Amino acid sequence: MWTKTFGAAILAAGLSASSLAMAEAPAPYQITPELEAAAKAEGKVIFYTATDVTVAEKLAELFKSKYPEIAVQVERAGSERVFQRIGQEYSSGIYGADVIETSDAVHFQYFKREGWLEPMVPQEVADKWPADEKDPDGNFAAYRAHLSVLAYRSDLLPEADAPKTWTDLLDPKYKDRMVKAHPGYSGTVMTSTFVLSELLGWEFFEKLGGQGVMQVQSSTEPPKKLAQGERSLQVDGNEYNVFRLQEEGVPIKIVYPAEGTPLAVGNAAVLKQAPSPNAAKLFYAFLFSQEAQQLNSDFGGLRSFHPDVKEKANRTPIADIKLLHSDPAKLEPEIQTIKTNYEQYFGT
Amino acid sequence: MTSNAPALGLRRGIDLSWPTFALLSLVLGVLVILPLFWLVYYSFRNDAGGGFTFDNFVALVADPTLLRAYGLAIGMSLGVGILACVVATPMAWLVSRTDLPGRRLIRIMVTASFVTPPFLGAIAYEIIAAPNSGIVNVIYRSIFGLERGAYLVNIYTFTGLVFAIACFTFPYVFTLVANALDRVPSDLEDASSILGGKAMTTLRKVTIPLVLPAMLAGTLIAILQALTMFGSPAILALPAGFHVITTKIWSLFQFPPRLGLAAAAALPLLIITVILLRTQKQILGRKGYTVLGGKSGTPRIVALGPWKWPAIAFVFAVLSLTFIFPYAAIIKTAFTTTVGDSLTFENLTLRHWNFVLFEFSATQLALRNTFLLGFLTATIVTAIAVIVSYLVTRRSVPGSGFLGVLATAPVAIPGIVLGVGLFLSYANPTFQLYGTLWILLIAFMTIEMPAGYQQMSSAFSGVHPELEEAGRIMGASRLRTLWDITAPLLRTSVVAAWCFVFVGTIRELSATILLTTANTKLVSVIIYDLNESGDLGAICVLGIILLAASFAVVFVANRVPVLGGSQMNARG
Repeated sequence: MWTKTFGAAILAAGLSASSLAMAEAPAPYQITPELEAAAKAEGKVIFYTATDVTVAEKLAELFKSKYPEIAVQVERAGSERVFQRIGQEYSSGIYGADVIETSDAVHFQYFKREGWLEPMVPQEVADKWPADEKDPDGNFAAYRAHLSVLAYRSDLLPEADAPKTWTDLLDPKYKDRMVKAHPGYSGTVMTSTFVLSELLGWEFFEKLGGQGVMQVQSSTEPPKKLAQGERSLQVDGNEYNVFRLQEEGVPIKIVYPAEGTPLAVGNAAVLKQAPSPNAAKLFYAFLFSQEAQQLNSDFGGLRSFHPDVKEKANRTPIADIKLLHSDPAKLEPEIQTIKTNYEQYFGT
Repeated sequence: MTSNAPALGLRRGIDLSWPTFALLSLVLGVLVILPLFWLVYYSFRNDAGGGFTFDNFVALVADPTLLRAYGLAIGMSLGVGILACVVATPMAWLVSRTDLPGRRLIRIMVTASFVTPPFLGAIAYEIIAAPNSGIVNVIYRSIFGLERGAYLVNIYTFTGLVFAIACFTFPYVFTLVANALDRVPSDLEDASSILGGKAMTTLRKVTIPLVLPAMLAGTLIAILQALTMFGSPAILALPAGFHVITTKIWSLFQFPPRLGLAAAAALPLLIITVILLRTQKQILGRKGYTVLGGKSGTPRIVALGPWKWPAIAFVFAVLSLTFIFPYAAIIKTAFTTTVGDSLTFENLTLRHWNFVLFEFSATQLALRNTFLLGFLTATIVTAIAVIVSYLVTRRSVPGSGFLGVLATAPVAIPGIVLGVGLFLSYANPTFQLYGTLWILLIAFMTIEMPAGYQQMSSAFSGVHPELEEAGRIMGASRLRTLWDITAPLLRTSVVAAWCFVFVGTIRELSATILLTTANTKLVSVIIYDLNESGDLGAICVLGIILLAASFAVVFVANRVPVLGGSQMNARG
């Protein structure tokens, strides 16, 4: 853990004294002219995110169209690397980030425990978010959700030949045709590996490892490898990137397997040591606004917890999909086992 | 000349050797020893709660995944070294000593493949030689009417990785060997001919022994480059399903980080490198290879005759693989919608340029930081390398060899591990350098010092000390001699070293990736981030910008006469 490995640095930075538990969530806040003015005075917000860079930049553009005086700096990397950076920065007393977002729910449990988050609840979250998609103490809330899906190139793989279930992937006819992201880099895949190993056992991954699977890092990459034509079937990867490529005319189809599809929830939070606290607060509220959430859905293909967001008609409604939920509290102690097993079966 | 006693009036100023030695020892000591100290400290430290432990070393020996990563890394780097030497040496000879047409252009193109960041080369080869979407395989299937899934080449393999690294590492060998061949004076070879030696005998008995040190030094650099390389393996080895040691160490920093094991895993690399360097020293130490007297005639040019065509074919094949194909792939990808698209008029687009230049918020800052650091690092490292290699090769101060060891030692530290060492050294309240450009400058100076030093010290060993001794006998101080006699002979090497370090810096990735924050972002890191999400189009745009800047620097350095351009030009 960061506290322990960088113990000396943390002690020196005086972080060890930070508080641990919050009593309850603070009162919801609205965007007021005062908040806007204070944010404009700061002029900049730095957003560490694991959302696909094109989607994140589009969102920043929407924010800037509303607040031209405030620059948004998007720092995109895979969830596990965003986490690594924050860990390094906070344990050495560097406070670069204002708002943070990753698709690994364990991270936010960890940040909260470390006392790195500033509790705050935008009005929209207080009013409209389901109770289990926000932290009871107000430290973070689910900014987005997406599925980790099976998908294939319909021009390279006839629909009749496409897999219907997870275990179908073990069929020798798919050998050397699959691409898969890595749990060591992608929070989405860490989550999906955990739920699938619980559901199907590690034998599933052991056999899958023998199928000549192409290994990439982020869960945003497998859909792009399909688009490139490098592989015809993705084992996991973001549903939202598939939506986006479909809209660009790439022939990709999604499979929601009968056993269920892993759901990854991307939380967002404001950091306690945010260099631009007011801009952070404004941007954070903006992230949950209907406008931003609708953009994420329309342009980004992300799923939203905002009840008023309308999904495009051609997408399977999330209510019609059997979802596999992951419990971050159960996942956290399993991380090392997952990585060790994974390396044993996939080589990296 | 009357010089019974040195004329007092000529001995201007005091000899600065000692203070310089002391200062450099301090600077290099801090640069090299501090991160190494933390490495060793952490390798004996229990990650879980502090305290002294041997557990990390036990884990290192017991963990088959680490041993496998080591085995693969060693095999990979030897493969790269051999391949680079086998390709570069005949090419250097053809370019330096034969009447092969277009020799100057060939040199420029080889420099180009040196300028190419290896990770960009790896990405180019993904585009060219991925088994399904690779351009080569698409063409291969369509020519022979083969089924989907059939392929000619697969870059996502061990051999593919060796090939992709060697393509962008062979210029290290080429440059050193070609420079050495340029310096072999014609009189030695003439002597051999006059005494009846045939062309091959002269080559074998005179020329090759004289350039052998350069070959070995170049090959060694290629091996060490490959061994400590992070970007190319991260891009090609992971999809192929294996780790080399650098990517394995990198993976140990993920959540939950295992710094102790990572530090322990890095120490054998240090030992391997030290052994390699000592071996090289022993080989070179046996004979005196100093040849340049500062008066050598134009090198003898061998007429190729009927061998001209095979020679052209060989050189063209090498340049195609290391320069023409990769660059064509990068340019094509920068202007088409998706990588798999065929090159038609409808598929042409500027969307990636628009994204990188106008939509992607990280671009501007990263470009500014990258070039600032490149300039500073190159200037400082070259200055230090010149002085250190002078002190070391002339042994003007007892113990100066130690400086050479310090300047070479960072070669043994994988960038990524150095990154952690620096992080631990400087991310504390005393220094507070993490999150600033200073920590990156320190990292780059440390990483690039061996490259600069290697360049300068091989240049110095080519200048015979007698020339300087003459100056000293005439009463000039050491610095004066250096300035008046040695420096003019070394100008080309200084410019080359500066360019080496500059392009090396702006493409550095492995230490950078641990040391950047939002405000100290570099182009190499955003390229890596974009690779992680599969945005090849945007990467190619950034790559073109990076390459254009590198070429501009090399071009200007070669042209400006005061920087040594005239000497380079004179050589043809």
